[in-house]
Amino acid sequence: MKTIKSILIIAIVTLSAFAFTNKTENGYSVGDEIEDFKLKNIDNRMISLSDYQDAKGFIIIFTCNMCPYSVANEDRIIALDEKYKSKGYPVIAINPNDPKASKGDSFEGMIARAKEKGFTFPYLFDEGQQVFPKFGASKTPHVYIVSKPNMKVEYIGAIDNSSRNPDAVTEKYVENTVDELLSGKKPTKTETRAIGCSIKVL
Amino acid sequence: MMIKKSMYILFVLIINFSCKNEKLQTTKQSIEKELVSSITNVKTYDFNQLKPLLERKDNKTYVVNFWATWCAPCVKELPYFEKIKKEYANKNVEVLLVSLDFPKQVERALIPFLNKRNIQSDVILLDDVNEDVWIKAIDENWSGALPATIIYNKEGRKFYEQSFDYEALENELNTFLKI
Repeated sequence: MKTIKSILIIAIVTLSAFAFTNKTENGYSVGDEIEDFKLKNIDNRMISLSDYQDAKGFIIIFTCNMCPYSVANEDRIIALDEKYKSKGYPVIAINPNDPKASKGDSFEGMIARAKEKGFTFPYLFDEGQQVFPKFGASKTPHVYIVSKPNMKVEYIGAIDNSSRNPDAVTEKYVENTVDELLSGKKPTKTETRAIGCSIKVL
Repeated sequence: MMIKKSMYILFVLIINFSCKNEKLQTTKQSIEKELVSSITNVKTYDFNQLKPLLERKDNKTYVVNFWATWCAPCVKELPYFEKIKKEYANKNVEVLLVSLDFPKQVERALIPFLNKRNIQSDVILLDDVNEDVWIKAIDENWSGALPATIIYNKEGRKFYEQSFDYEALENELNTFLKI
């Protein structure tokens, strides 16, 4: 009788634990640990976050070729990689769109765009749209800053406070957060919003 | 002599009719031109100017749609908002289209778009940095993705981060009108 009771208690506790840790329903929240992924880069190589042994963290950006908001932010994305790759926080760009729902966002389109703009970072194709739902990304561009060693989400949201007009930026959210992380401080602003294009699925 | 005369009369009559037709045609065209009069500018609001339009306390029901010319699903559902404006005008419903187009694209893209489609609803451009602040102010749960819609009146308010087909939009509006 005692063993059945303890088994029941263990079962209930385990089940409740699962109920609380299943956060991937609407995507990651700040504080969650992300799963690694393996996606195809524009150079046809498969890339995982575990490939970056020396990185201190990642600036993961869901972006695409066709959304004018993504396009308006491309120069700033390139600037982020330039500033932070050498400091241990490289940019990892992911195109979450289904090319069948958004013609210009094909793999070939990605290669062309990256070449045109001189992307210095991986531009990965979310084949089958499996990765972006895990993150809960809802638009392009959408930034997730993740820190090692636990692959913890530190920040979700916009690049800065003026996505439509780079000349009117007064608060650089991503830069501020990465600077704080690099100096061992806890990020002060962990979640921001910006206008963007909805992610294109069929 | 008689034939010549009657032919002449016939000729005059024919000319008369065709001339009248031409006159009708040109009048019709000028009327059409007046109805399809093109707009030459769109008012630009910052969020403080927009805010009062999102919380009016009169007897009307407001349908406010956030869209942009470059947002394909937004463009697809615009005709449904236009139809609502037309069909519900006498039920005290007002439609406001808030464009999130790039301010630099107003002349080049937004105005030509509105004229080409003969958009009748009120359109304003929202130009305000600090998107983080006003997106959250419009709705705590809005991710910032377009399209998005608010339907509100004195009795209630609802925010929709989604696209609509006409039936769904009408059904939602009716939940406000039944109160």
